[in-house]
Amino acid sequence: MSNLKGRNLISITDFSKEEYIQVLDIAEEFEKNPKQKILSDKVVATLFFEPSTRTRLSFESAANQLGARIIGFSDPGATSVQKGESLHDTITMVSSYSDLIVMRNPKEGSSRYASEVSTVPVINAGDGANQHPTQCMLDLYSIRKTQGTLDNLNIAMVGDLKYGRTVHSLTQAMCNFNATFHLVSPEELKLPSSVKMSIKNAGLKYYQYTEIKDIMATADIIYMTRVQRERFADPLEYERVKDSCILSADMLKGCKPNMRILHPLPRVNEITMDVDKTPYAYYFQQAQNGVYVRQALMAAILGVR
Amino acid sequence: MDTKKELVVPRIENGTVIDHIPTNVLYQIVHILGLENYEDEVLIGNYLTSHKFIRKGIIKVKNKYFDNEEINKIALVAPMVTIIRIKNYEVIEKLEAEIPDHIDNFVKCMNPRCITNHEAIPTKFDVIDKKSLKLRCHYCEKFVTKDTIRFCE
Repeated sequence: MSNLKGRNLISITDFSKEEYIQVLDIAEEFEKNPKQKILSDKVVATLFFEPSTRTRLSFESAANQLGARIIGFSDPGATSVQKGESLHDTITMVSSYSDLIVMRNPKEGSSRYASEVSTVPVINAGDGANQHPTQCMLDLYSIRKTQGTLDNLNIAMVGDLKYGRTVHSLTQAMCNFNATFHLVSPEELKLPSSVKMSIKNAGLKYYQYTEIKDIMATADIIYMTRVQRERFADPLEYERVKDSCILSADMLKGCKPNMRILHPLPRVNEITMDVDKTPYAYYFQQAQNGVYVRQALMAAILGVR
Repeated sequence: MDTKKELVVPRIENGTVIDHIPTNVLYQIVHILGLENYEDEVLIGNYLTSHKFIRKGIIKVKNKYFDNEEINKIALVAPMVTIIRIKNYEVIEKLEAEIPDHIDNFVKCMNPRCITNHEAIPTKFDVIDKKSLKLRCHYCEKFVTKDTIRFCE
């Protein structure tokens, strides 16, 4: 078992497969007993340089339930960042006030840089379009919980596979578990070739489709993402394809009984409300699982698990 | 009778000769090595006839020996150049530039959202593929290729 004390989590590749499983095992323990005051002597700084309600509240709830004190900001406009303070100086200062830094910043690579400046561990809560590793870990947790395993699954990814950061990270992570990938997207939003290459390099297979119905009988997990209008150069093209990536309850006929639908949220209209009541909807529990995974990460990195 | 051809770019007594430079990157190499600010003789010839290339460039830098790190930077734009160290008009060493595994504070990240383009941070790149020249930014993890490579000012 690895000692994760003092480690940073910036990118999905920073932890090994075994270390991910270790964190998921700890998260299971917190799911059974989430309120443990094991971090009551710790201060967690949450630095959100851009708004992210769900991620920030999830981290803060996780820290609170473990008894940690939280300092930080959710709006850099009210801080010295607004006065032109460098990230270097902000992190140097905050690392002297806290035991762990959780940071979201729209500048890509900012969390990696912060981890090099900080004297305490840093967890990346999203650095622009680059990495959001705790989202990936809660996705893995949700997949394992609903399927009983991470191995040999048929994972369908639907929607914006080109720009969807969560899709890229989850694909990378699932390459460790002998997954088969089923990719459903409009032509303009196909998975980038670099990500497809990592599937091939892992000796795994992927199949591409343009309609959700094509993967319904095969998928163990359907990972839905939002197709955003602004991603299309031609608005007519958006109008033409926008409905091809919408999932409604009537489309679920013929799916596997174990199939579950995940979504990083927020959803707009890509999953219709009638899906929420079906046994296949899992996206709200998925968000809840984020709290347990973040508890596990904080506890492991702060050396109490 | 002396059969040697006349040298278009004169010999140097001591220093470095960078030979077989593709003509389109000669001035880039001048810049990479910071020769604009070098305060001694720098002899530059371009579009000279060569055996290896149809046309080539050559740079002779008097009284200067570059270290390996500086030489390897040249490999990023011209992997086939020859570096010759001269002492008392004699060749004392011939080197070939080699693309390093890591490149610090030299290549510019082309991602406008990368933190290195917003704060005074030295850039760092890992070389992923030396053959096709593919680099990955240590910070934002985006790739830079031969076609998109730019250097820090």
